Amino acid sequence: MKYIDEYRDAQLARKLVDEIHRVTTRPWALMEVCGGQTHTLVKQGIDEALPAGVRMIHGPGCPVCVTPLEQIDKALAIAARPDVIFTSYGDMLRVPGSTTDLLSLKARGADVRIVYSPLDAVRIAAANPERQVVFFAIGFETTAPANAMAVWQAARLGLGNFSVLVSHVLVPPAMSAILESPTCQVQAFLAAGHVCAVMGWTEYEPIAERYHVPIVVTGFEPLDLLEGVLMAIRQLEEGRAVVENQYARAVKREGNREAQETVFRVFEIGDRKWRGIGMIPASGYHLRPEFAGFDAEARFDVGTITTAEHPACIAGAILQGTKTPLDCTAYGVLCSPQKPLGAPMVSSEGVCSAYHAAGRGLATPRAVPLYELTRSGR
Amino acid sequence: MCLGIPGKVVEIRDDGPLRMAIVDFGGVRKEACLAYEPEVSLGDYVIVHVGFAISHVDEEEALRTLEMIRAIDAEGMAQELGAMGPGETASGVAAVGGSGAPPGVGSGAA
Repeated sequence: MKYIDEYRDAQLARKLVDEIHRVTTRPWALMEVCGGQTHTLVKQGIDEALPAGVRMIHGPGCPVCVTPLEQIDKALAIAARPDVIFTSYGDMLRVPGSTTDLLSLKARGADVRIVYSPLDAVRIAAANPERQVVFFAIGFETTAPANAMAVWQAARLGLGNFSVLVSHVLVPPAMSAILESPTCQVQAFLAAGHVCAVMGWTEYEPIAERYHVPIVVTGFEPLDLLEGVLMAIRQLEEGRAVVENQYARAVKREGNREAQETVFRVFEIGDRKWRGIGMIPASGYHLRPEFAGFDAEARFDVGTITTAEHPACIAGAILQGTKTPLDCTAYGVLCSPQKPLGAPMVSSEGVCSAYHAAGRGLATPRAVPLYELTRSGR
Repeated sequence: MCLGIPGKVVEIRDDGPLRMAIVDFGGVRKEACLAYEPEVSLGDYVIVHVGFAISHVDEEEALRTLEMIRAIDAEGMAQELGAMGPGETASGVAAVGGSGAPPGVGSGAA
């Protein structure tokens, strides 16, 4: 496929690996923020091809993983109601709540439907005026424009039976929270390219300056990630700390103005709790007061919710990058994609599922990457 | 759900409340909303997230990134060769460097 295949070229990848080895003189710790990037790094063995001492720390950029348990339990309580059609992105269905998950509820007769676009949920609401249609509006800045448009369209159509359960989180406040942590080891960031496609990168400039940390807006293909790593290491080696854009084919400094406009018509910034991390100030979106009528939390009384994480799951430490799945005693034993204890094992963007899919730390043979990224001898 | 992939716009429908497109992802066709990419036209490549085009692919920049990566060997080897004696051959540079590659690999895109 155009704009994908050429960024997976094995020869060019090897060239980048060689160059990274050439410019690196010291150990460095880099964090890739986005779970999609984590999957490519692990699947292709990119992190293992880097010079000894250069470490990729996997960031919290998995929207499914950081959606708080309370919100998932609320979703489950709403979805269990007989008058409700509960709609969600597919990734959320197997995420464990305190006692069950959406897929199990569906198997027991709840009307839970996977939608590809939030506009599909609006269509379902228009077609089922006698039912309450709830959409689980989760995600980072990438899904916010779509989720905002769904609310905007529902308002335009006067759909009184549509509402959203919002659990939106934002990347820059999480990066600041990571950098503020006394145990922070991150020296440079690969910022999530598609988040920046929406929001641009001006929000990252004060972070780079304040914490003197290089930030490279990076794409998702192997060559993108390798070039992002190279650009970040060049900055570290030269003592620079600015925002650079590796993913220039899709990201502009100002981002997507049209998308931002609709997002801020519908949402406003507020505090958000992150699963495994806790409350981060001003780190998420909430519906603006004029759209409060579409708030599922206000529409449905779900009673008191008491949450309980599985005691063996260390997802919190993994999401903050202080531990890897290989540090977890449940990984691959009690916890697998078929029987997940925590969200990072479920999601296609979760670190644990990335490790598991690549066979890391498992007795079964490792999945073969597209190419072996060993250094070419020259 | 953050995984956006580039696809080619093969059909545009302007008749509804929102501008919609059919986008081809290597043979798989999906509907995508163009509300946030109003300038896009047939044949353009867009990056689609949860049914919305959030960006379009800038062909010039796409090629420039590849050119810069192709140019890496030339720069790296030129530096290494610069440290060698004049008797060393520089033929490897011409062989792998590509043509007209810009200097300053990896720094020009910001």
